[in-house]
Amino acid sequence: MKPLRKIFDALQSKVRENPKLHKYQPVVNAFDTIFFTPNQTTKNGVHIRDGVDLKRVMSTVVIALIPALLFGMYNVGYQHFTQLPGTHGFWEMFRFGARRVLPLVIVSYTVGLTVEFTFAVLRGHEVNEGYLVTGMLIPLIVPVDLPLWMLAVSVVFAVIIGKEVFGGTGMNVLNPALVARGFLFFAYPTFMSGDIWVAGATATDAISGESLLGKLGLGHAVTGSAMRMFVGLIPGSVGETSVIAISIGAVILIYTGVGSWRIMLSALIGASLMGLTFNAIGSDALMSFPWWKHLLLGGFMFGAVFMATDPVSAAQTTRGKWIYGFLIGLMSILIRVFNPAYPEGVMLAILFMNVMAPLIDHIVIASNIKKRQLRYRSAIANS
Amino acid sequence: MVALVRLDACASLGLVAARRVGYGWLDWLHSVGLFRRTASMGPSVRLDRCMGGLGFDWVHGSGFVSGSVSCHAFLPLHRVGMCHSDQIEIGLISSGRVYFVLIIGKLIKFARIFAHKSTLFFLMSKDIRLRRGLDIKLTGESVPSIAAAPKSSVYAITPDDFHGETPKLLIGEGAEVKAGTPIFYPKRDARIKVVSPVSGEVVEIQRGARRKIMEIRILADRHRIDYEALRVPVISNSSAEALKAFLCRSGLWPYIRQRPYAIVANPDDEPRDIYISSFDSHPLAPDYTFSLRDKRAEIAKAVAVLKRLTPGQVHISLRASDTDSPLGGMDGIAYHRVYGPHPAGNVGVQIHHTRPINPGEKIWTIRAPDLVVIGHAFVKGVFSPERVVALAGAQVKHPKYYRTLAGAQISSITAGNVKAGGKRLISGNPLTGTQVREEGFLRWYHDQITAIPEGNAYRFMGWLLPDGKRFSLSRAGFFSWLTPNKRYALGTNTNGEHRALVVTGLYEKVFPFDVYPMELLKATLTKDIDRMEKLGIYEIAPEDYALPEFVCPSKTECQSIIREGLDLMIEEVG
Repeated sequence: MKPLRKIFDALQSKVRENPKLHKYQPVVNAFDTIFFTPNQTTKNGVHIRDGVDLKRVMSTVVIALIPALLFGMYNVGYQHFTQLPGTHGFWEMFRFGARRVLPLVIVSYTVGLTVEFTFAVLRGHEVNEGYLVTGMLIPLIVPVDLPLWMLAVSVVFAVIIGKEVFGGTGMNVLNPALVARGFLFFAYPTFMSGDIWVAGATATDAISGESLLGKLGLGHAVTGSAMRMFVGLIPGSVGETSVIAISIGAVILIYTGVGSWRIMLSALIGASLMGLTFNAIGSDALMSFPWWKHLLLGGFMFGAVFMATDPVSAAQTTRGKWIYGFLIGLMSILIRVFNPAYPEGVMLAILFMNVMAPLIDHIVIASNIKKRQLRYRSAIANS
Repeated sequence: MVALVRLDACASLGLVAARRVGYGWLDWLHSVGLFRRTASMGPSVRLDRCMGGLGFDWVHGSGFVSGSVSCHAFLPLHRVGMCHSDQIEIGLISSGRVYFVLIIGKLIKFARIFAHKSTLFFLMSKDIRLRRGLDIKLTGESVPSIAAAPKSSVYAITPDDFHGETPKLLIGEGAEVKAGTPIFYPKRDARIKVVSPVSGEVVEIQRGARRKIMEIRILADRHRIDYEALRVPVISNSSAEALKAFLCRSGLWPYIRQRPYAIVANPDDEPRDIYISSFDSHPLAPDYTFSLRDKRAEIAKAVAVLKRLTPGQVHISLRASDTDSPLGGMDGIAYHRVYGPHPAGNVGVQIHHTRPINPGEKIWTIRAPDLVVIGHAFVKGVFSPERVVALAGAQVKHPKYYRTLAGAQISSITAGNVKAGGKRLISGNPLTGTQVREEGFLRWYHDQITAIPEGNAYRFMGWLLPDGKRFSLSRAGFFSWLTPNKRYALGTNTNGEHRALVVTGLYEKVFPFDVYPMELLKATLTKDIDRMEKLGIYEIAPEDYALPEFVCPSKTECQSIIREGLDLMIEEVG
């Protein structure tokens, strides 16, 4: 790796020596640190450091998303071809899906990182790794037929309004990937509902592109077995359909300690409880839809595992995480059942709880503060 | 409400115990039917008269009366003729149930005795069990063997060791000093002296930017050490003031440090308690049970002095597995046993889990090896800051202990025993120590020198590839969790660049305080004094944030942030 190191050393010294190029230092650093962990050493404070850094944390999430991405590619092909006559092989389906999904990924990363780099140069700070995850999440939560320009606009909106206006990575209130989806949903509603969930559905009359949740919302019978839902061979956003693929990601996140198992578990509990409650009432078809099938449908699992666990926009205290996850689960199903016009409640539930997370933390911390102040007061009384 | 219980056997129910029980207890007795209210009457009644009127043989019996407004709470009847209170209620308790009441009263009495008079038995059983924390296992632990370090030719005092103090020099370059001769005093208090560790000549006063004094170097006499003679007070008949004055003028005072703020204590304060940790749980730290094993006499002497400085308790914490600590087995000490990983040895953790600090309170802390220096002065009548230093770390050839003096040149200890090649020398441990050069000096409060590999090398794709050589709390491509007893030769590479705070819940895993570490850090960053106080800044010292700093994936410098926050608190709150 010496020749590569030499190239970067030369580049670094060029930027350092030329005052006009100083502001591009973050760009050079960003590329340099992708290839090499820098030779920085500790100065003050601790002399040794844990091996983990933010790059590794973020790349772990990206790795955890890969099963969902790969399955998404296959499912895009599967949904398209199974509605057309003739037999089609696995690889044909996968190739078709990959050809549809990869452009989304590429556009998301290119546009998003361009914005990130621009802000890093303008503000003179290092490029943060946050977008590595956001850039992968966005293509996985949009319909596959989404025009690329729309994706690009939503990415720009998400990065600038969702993140940079708050001060960049670590400061944002909302999950940027969900901001992108929320933007798409409210800015281009016609593209985000109805027959859009299967590739080619809007172009070809032969294909019906309705998602199962959409059917549910409109009061149609949900077809397909629970097994299909679990495996993920149902229409939906690119990466959200397969509970199996998402579970693999969840295991990676929990095993590495990168994702909060508390949020995932409490979201599951919250959603199950809400589902059970509605089952008990059972006054219409939506309410009596079995609670456990709710967990398999739509973006619930994907949201609970990859979106709710975003540490920046989630609650930060341990107790807060339990409450936060639980309410996300609860509200996802609540919105699904009570708002048939937009059956996918997870996005709104998480966005809403993102806003509420600081309040949850505030309450949790307030109890700690109160306990301490009682002690302070009794100490003063005793003295 | 005022209540009276007539109770034949109640005399043995101690007065103190009954007072503690309070009105609520009588209410409770009433509610469960053990105590029957029979009459009530107006204020200022002669008890003997009203009792007589009710047919009590109160002179022979005994009982209690409680007054709600005045201080007559639960006085035995035969001690008060008159009870000044708003109302008096008189009640009966059946004699068959007396024993029940008696037992409860006894239990409460014992509980009070245990809580207030700290008998050794009670406090020995007070365990501190920590679940959160982290033992970072490094290679190159010192073997239990002590060598005498060759005498250093130059010694130095570094005023920066006494955090926040501005030194006022008492001697100039060229002055002849003895061991124990005052070198400087801190600007805030001229009584406190920092004294020379050896006899010799002050050869250099090194100054930095804005003429700040960086180091005072003393060329030591070659063959012997001359000591200033100390007039040592007799501990048993000296007042606290006399002992404090002696500690100040003899140069021993700076060993006494205070919480909050982790700075040198103020002799005018009266500390609520004094805490001593008998062990150091930092990576590669010296084992005091070994290194101080023949210093029991000095330690006992120093502890006897400390006992007279506080109206409260002297608390000593022992490692749970340690049965032979030289700080163990002393009388009149509140002992605590600490279970769990680092930072179990941090005195701040021990205070937090026994009697946490409240605003306005002062706790004094003394490190175990510093007790020896204090004790030595009382036993021998001279100031001699002897240190048994652990030389440890992956870059040390034969890690072991060295006997030397505070302020000795690092090279006098490391000479011939450190490996060639890039290394970081640290006075102190790898988490809280200070970077030094070989020609640098052992710092005032340190008894450890660590040599670890310098990590100034690039690593290809270091952030992505699995890594078995590095230690991590996370499992993202690291395997250290599989081999909890494996020792690592960690270097000084930061393993990544500084980033915004993103990951949550990680600090908490290594931070055994009932304090929200991330929130306190953020409040400190924003200099929000009110919130810092509410979140518990008084209970924290920078060293307590060493582990969060170590595990932080964003490579935040937590310790220096907290240090600045504490300095701000000193300035604003005092």
